[in-house]
This record gives sequence, structure tokens and C-alpha cells, in this order.
Amino acid sequence: MRKKAFSVIGKPLRKVDAMAKCTGDTRYADDIELPRMLYAKLLRSPYPHARIRSIHTERAAQLEGVSAVITGKDLPEKFGIMPSTQDEEALAVEKVRYVGDPVAAVAASSEALAEQALTLIDVDYEILKPVLSIEEALASKEESERIHSWNRRANIQKAVSFEFGDVVVGFARADEIFEDTFFFQGNTHLPMEQYCAMAQYGPQDKLTLWSSTQTPHYLHRALSKVLGLPMSRIRVIATPVGGGFGGKSDPFSHEICVAKLAMITGRPVKITLTREESFYVHRGRHPVKMWVKTGVKKDGTLQAMHFRSFLDGGGYSSYGLATVYYTGALQTVTYKLPAYKFEGVRLFTNKPPCGPKRGHGTPQPRFALEVQLDKIAEKLGIDPIDLRLKQLVDPNSITVNGLRISTTGLRECIEKVAARADWKKKFHQLPYGRGIGFAASSYISGAGLPIYRNEMPHSGVQIRLDRGGGITVFCGSIDIGQGSDSILAYAVAEEFGIDPADIRVVTADTDLTPVDLGSYSSRVTVMTGNAAIQACGKLKEILLPVAGEALELPVDDLEMAEGQLRSRSYPKRAISFAECVEKAEGKFGTLGATGSYSPPKHPANFKGSGVGPTPSYSYTTSIVELSCDPETADIKLHKIWIAHDCGRAFNPLLVEGQVEGSVYMALGEVLMEEQVFRKSGLHKYPSILEYKSPTTLETPPIETILVETDDPEGPFGAKEAGQGPLLPVIPAVANALYDAIGVRIDEIPITPDKILRALEGRLKSVSVPWFDFPPPIKWQPGDGVGVQQKS
Amino acid sequence: MPKRKKSSKTDAAQKGWAKRLLRLKVNGEIKEVATETSKTLLEVLREDLNLTGTKHGCELGECGTCTVLINGDAVLSCLVLGVESEDAEIVTVEGLMRDSQPHPLQRAFADLGATQCGYCIPGILLTAKVLLDKNPHPTRDEVREALSGNLCRCTGYTKILEAVELAARGEEGQ
Ligand code: FES
Ligand code: FES
Repeated sequence: MRKKAFSVIGKPLRKVDAMAKCTGDTRYADDIELPRMLYAKLLRSPYPHARIRSIHTERAAQLEGVSAVITGKDLPEKFGIMPSTQDEEALAVEKVRYVGDPVAAVAASSEALAEQALTLIDVDYEILKPVLSIEEALASKEESERIHSWNRRANIQKAVSFEFGDVVVGFARADEIFEDTFFFQGNTHLPMEQYCAMAQYGPQDKLTLWSSTQTPHYLHRALSKVLGLPMSRIRVIATPVGGGFGGKSDPFSHEICVAKLAMITGRPVKITLTREESFYVHRGRHPVKMWVKTGVKKDGTLQAMHFRSFLDGGGYSSYGLATVYYTGALQTVTYKLPAYKFEGVRLFTNKPPCGPKRGHGTPQPRFALEVQLDKIAEKLGIDPIDLRLKQLVDPNSITVNGLRISTTGLRECIEKVAARADWKKKFHQLPYGRGIGFAASSYISGAGLPIYRNEMPHSGVQIRLDRGGGITVFCGSIDIGQGSDSILAYAVAEEFGIDPADIRVVTADTDLTPVDLGSYSSRVTVMTGNAAIQACGKLKEILLPVAGEALELPVDDLEMAEGQLRSRSYPKRAISFAECVEKAEGKFGTLGATGSYSPPKHPANFKGSGVGPTPSYSYTTSIVELSCDPETADIKLHKIWIAHDCGRAFNPLLVEGQVEGSVYMALGEVLMEEQVFRKSGLHKYPSILEYKSPTTLETPPIETILVETDDPEGPFGAKEAGQGPLLPVIPAVANALYDAIGVRIDEIPITPDKILRALEGRLKSVSVPWFDFPPPIKWQPGDGVGVQQKS
Repeated sequence: MPKRKKSSKTDAAQKGWAKRLLRLKVNGEIKEVATETSKTLLEVLREDLNLTGTKHGCELGECGTCTVLINGDAVLSCLVLGVESEDAEIVTVEGLMRDSQPHPLQRAFADLGATQCGYCIPGILLTAKVLLDKNPHPTRDEVREALSGNLCRCTGYTKILEAVELAARGEEGQ
């Protein structure tokens, strides 16, 4: 039986690193200095699309204080995060594909000298016509417009098409059919810490790389591939990440270049990118155009949906293969949908590559879906919340596209958020200029598959017990601020009945820690937590009998609590944890154990079914109340209510923090943030001042409600909390704006100029291009919606 | 990327700008350091004095992460030269502790989960300290206003605002 009364889980404890972050003790990548260290800089392309005729580095190399200059010839091996789209080069060999694409790297005795050396590198470019939009990419015919040569059709990276259930029958059953188009502009992560990496190549022919990365394991593999060094010779240490949000999840040019420069010079080499460079490195939210056709009955129940997405991918593949699938995967896990067709295509353009940002490929379709549902509710004269309540997915069901739902707290989330916001009294009743809007969403708690195909665990934890009762937990996970180090300490402390402060956590060092795949896809709590519990279980099997023997009690009567192993019936009969560890070590030798976790196998097996499955889905609902001045189109947010099904809150402070941070990030995306480019390929707003993001003044009060569903797949019942809560906020703002002033803005960000144009009836609807998608992969979902599983 | 104007740093390297002996009072200690006159206070603190608790997010005066105190005022250390900071009282995050006891703001931030990645926190703590020194019982709006130049991309500010208020209340009780 699952233990329900917890001593650590659910308590608002400090994070294990909280005080270090308040005293300046936390050492981020750029805080590390090594003796004899050199500084590196990258020369980046000033053109969005050009062929490199020649590069001359002699003058730079001769500058006094310059130790090495490298170009693409020194690092010809291609890499990329997805095994099937390895199309990146650490330094461009033949072509540059976006403004900012690195072409050469310098190591020198100071940053200023390295920068000066860059001005002495001569690159002869043959300028090619840049491709800067989805439409231009689709229209590319000339060979010179082709950005990559490996893909079959010019500038089409990936096109996918699926049909689940009978869409024709579904639409025929519908009383009303709605067709809408939407656009979600790209935006970037903007972590406060810029990218930074440092490498050292030691006398034992071993390479150490420190980097602000969310995925040390994937970086480890990429370094090995590009540098031609076995992984056993490479150590990757992920330093505490000063904000990631998905932006530090790819292996990057600067990481590979400092490694190579360290190997050439035999000296440590560090690189810290400027803020401007960080805007060009990007890998953020894809701009996506969407077309949605939805058929409903008069009572509002969904009968069929056909969804098309067009992703503006930028110059390289990055995570794009996964992103295009994600724009179609999770439409089905919130409301019952008996028939669903999805077509998506990702294009190459001559702009910084897009990649994963919080919610990875799902905020865009979620915006489209939830705004369209609002339109449907209005047309049918149904309250938008009632419309949704009619058709929530069932727990323990399989969706039309083969995704397994375990628990869902969606109904509770909806009811709670509606009650707190006083929805019934406010919706449609507020004075002109003030409005309220609702949306719901759902997200994965970790991807069901790893990025490269393999049978190994997704997460490993090793625990060492010391004489004196000390505990060290080793895990490859990297704390990016979400609290993953603390999660390990809490899980082990809970299992052993001790104070988390007595636990040391060693993470994100490939020499010391078992592999964890990284801080992406909201996977860390569920996967490291489960691995830690398994490792604790093995150690308990050793400790409990030792305590039983010492106390002359049957093991069944023992519990671990308050730093002791003690009798459940006579808690006074106890032995301290430390004493028990010493006795056990005396008996069995050095004590340690490992645990690992892999997600459950998912039910569907069609090509492309690997994106979407997860151990459990989180659910979120949000209500936004705002005012909009119809004269100036200035929006004032009054309050955000948000309810999140987190399975179980490991630590409510941390979960609330993730929810509040997600709301904040969503507000930036919906109201102001844009990653947009000039015709020259230059970023329009490559600085913090120009790239508007919310400050304390624009962030409204947020009321967070945590809903617990005790998911059987989660450690102590937990699900994700880091990404899902971003999703409903964006459409809720759009829906609230409509309630306030009666105009729909189907384009993100919703800026005053668009609102004014809409008020004047001049806002055109989003144009979606035509594309000849491949014939769909068809898959029949067993019995259809809401298949009950045997429990 | 556009051709950059040569930065002052490049000029400095080219012209070999002279070093000078700076005498700075940081966190109550006198520090002497020979360094380029072109260096910002941020660079002097981090590179010459190894006080890496002060962070940088832009070095253009746009993010607030480099905030330090100069004579009790919150100042962006990326916009001040080291040489301009002589004879002043400089406080960095490393100087917030008193007798190895955390400042009430540090305790409140740790207790309320106001730190996520933590990168913005040194700057925010120092900005908040100035606020509380001048206005021990600020309203929520006053806290918002005071912190509006310090970006945080992680927290949504909610717990940060609460932590500043908690610290303010805590001081009252003492
Ligand atoms: S580093 Fe951003 S304001 Fe100084
Ligand atoms: S805690 Fe990460 S930027 Fe503020």
C-alpha cells in the first residue's frame, strides 16, 4: 500500500541550494576560473544565406596573445540533437544559414584580444538569396534557395500526416463545422544567464567540459562524435543553469569549439556569449501558422478535428522533428475527440534555428484550440466552461491517437478555478472594456521515448551510505532552477525517514553520476524520483533486517522515521539510522545501491507514435481578468487564477514557483515578446531593452491552486509542473480580451496595433498557405474514445 | 551579425591602456588591485577581486543582475567604471551576511522559495535592501516599483514580492 502520510513530501521546505543562491556562493559556468585560462570568441556570419568561398585566418593567428584559430575544416563532423537530422556544424564549412551562424573561433589571452582577432579573419562570402518566411520556404524552387541539401524537397525539413478514427464520418455527424486560422509568432527563452562553457584538456588525454546545459548526457555524446574522442575520455559537468526554459538543450557550437581549442592549446578555454549572441543562438518557440477545422454537435460535443500546422524552423533542424509532431500530438488528451486528422510541416528558413521552449510545440496549437472552442461556445450559446465540462477525457482511457491517460484532475481544476474567479457572475457581465476568459490544457510528464533509440533507463540514481549516517545521492540530472537537486533529497529523505538537510546531492557530472537524460520535457521529478525510490528500496532491504535483528523485532513491524528505524507498535524501541548503517556495513561491507527508471511502454506503434506518450499527463486551467482601453488598446491584467493537477506536490513552494513562472512566461509571449527579423536577416530586437518582457510592473497577481490526483506512475503520486501551466494562459488572455471589447485577435503576440486594427475592422485573418501533405498514416484506436483499461 | 563598432575593450587592448592601482572598499574591506582603467566595476569585482556573486546578464544596463550598492544606493555595476568607484562604500551580495548570519532578506527568499535558477537574486536582494533601508514597510506596489529594473525570467516575481514583504515584517519584530 502506498504510504499516504508523508514526513517530507508536501512540506514547504527550503530548496537544498536556496541559501547558496542567496549568498552568491552558487558557481555558475562563468564564475569558474582556471589557471592559464584562455578566452574564446566566435566569428559569426553577417549574412543570412551565403556560400563560404574562402576563410583566411593567418592575420588573426599572428596577433600576439592569440593561441589558436579554428574554422569548419577543423571540425567537419556534423551533429544535431536528433539522430536522424544531424545537420549542424560547429563552424560552418561550406555555407552559412542564418545571421549569427559561427564560421571561426579564436582562443586568446583575453576576451578583448580574442575579439580583436576576429576582426583580422577574412571571410569571402558568395551571398545567396535568403529564405525568410514560411511562404518563401514553401515556394523555393531554385537550387540556390535550398538551405540544406540532405532533405528531399527544397526547404521542407519534415512533413507528417496522420488520421485517427474516421474523420469523414465524424464531420458528417457534426451539426456545425468551424474553420479558423491562427498565427503564433516565435519568441525566445531569454534566460538571465547567457550561454557559457569552459573546457580543459588534461595531461591524461582527457577532456573536461563545464557548461550551462540542460542536457549534459546528449552533449557528452555530441562531443564524442564531433571531436572523435571516446565518451570514456570526456567528462561533462553541467554547472547550475541560470535559466534554461529549453534554450540550453541542444549541443552548441560554442561548447564544441572551446573543447577543440582546449585540445589544440593544452590550456583551459572559456567562452561566454554576449546577450546579443544569445538572441541569435535562440532555439526558441517556433513561429507556427495553423488551420483548424472542427465539427461539433449542437450540444457542443466534438465530433472530428482536422488540424494543420506550418512551422518556421530557422536554419537547422535542432529538435524540429519532435516539434512538428508535438504541434499535433496533444490535441486529444484534454477533451474527448472521436476522429482526428493532423498534418504538419516544418520549413527551413535563413533565421536562427528554433527549438524547444517551455511547452515544446504545444502552446501554439493549444492557443488555436482553446480560442476556437471559445468561438464555438459563443456560436452555440453555451458557456465556454460548460462546453468543456461535457467532454473531458476519462481517467484510465486511451485517446483516439493512442495515448494512455492515467489520472486526470481536469474537472477539479475547472471547478476550482471557476469558483475562485467567480466565473458565473463575471462572464459576459463585466462592463465594456473589462473581460474574463478561460482555457484548459494538458501536458506530458516526461517524454515516453529517449532522443536516441536505446533500451537503457531514462534516469539513474546511485546512493552511498556513509558511516555516521551520511547519505550521498548521485544523479545525472541538472538543476536549472526548478529544484531537481531538492527533489532527489526530498525523495530519499522521505523513504529513509530522515531530514533532507542530512543528504548531500551530487548531480550532473558524467564522471560521477549515473545518466539522467536531462532537464527537458518535464521529465525530471517523475523519472529521477522513481529511480531514487527504487535505489532506496534496495537499501531498505539491507537496513530493515539489520535493525530487526538488533531490536529483536520482525521486519513487518519496523518503520523508518525521524532518523530512526523503529517499531511501529512501540516507537520507543528504536535504533538510529546512523547506528543501523554502521551495523549493516559491518555485516555486508560498503553500502550503496542504484535505481533506475524507464517510462511504461505506450500502446500505439505507428510511425511517429513516439511523440506524445508519457507516464502521466498534467492538467491545467486558467482564468484571466483584464481591462483593455479601446482608445489606446492598452491592456491591464487584473488577475490570473490558475489550477494545476500536479499529481502530488513534492514541495508546494516549488510547484507554485513553477506555475507562477509559467504564467509569467505565458504573459510575455501573449502580450509582447517577439523574435522577428529584418529582410537582411538581422534580429529586430536583439537586446533586453528592445525585446520586451514583463517586469514586476506588468506581472499581475497570480492565484495558484494545486490539485492532487496521486498518479500511480509518479513518485509519491507526482506529475510535472514546469511547463504545462504555461499553456492555458495564452488563450485565456485572448478569450478575456474578446469578452472585454468584442474583438478576436488570432495572432500571438496580441499587441495594441493589432487590437486597434481589429477594432477598426482592419485586421485581416491569418493566411495559411497551401501544401501538398503526404498521404496520412492511418491508425485505428481500438474501441475509440474512453477505452476503459483493466485496473 | 552586424560589423561591431570596436568596443572600448578592443581599443584598450590595442592601445594597451595603462593599469592603475585601484583602492576600493568592498563589503567593509579595503582592496587594492592593479587593473585597467577601462574596466567596469562589474569586471573589477568579478575578474580582479573574484567576487563572482555579482552576475551579468547584458553588460548594457538593461537587466539588473549586476546591481551592487554604492554608498547605499543600488547601482548597475556594468555601467560604472572601477576607477569611478574609489572612495565609495561598495556592497555586493557577498557582503549581505552579518557575522555569518544571513540577512533577513536572504532568509525570507530561501524560506519562501523565491529563488529558482538564482541568477537574478543577488541583484534583487541588493535592490530590495535599499528599498527596505529607506522604506522599512513598503506596500506591494512600492516593492514592485523598486524591483521593476531587475528582470527575473523564472519566478513570475510573486514569491520575490512576498519574500521582500516577509523580510520587512521580520525586521519589525526584532
Ligand atoms: S549586466 Fe545587465 S544591467 Fe548590468
Ligand atoms: S530566479 Fe532565475 S532569473 Fe530569477
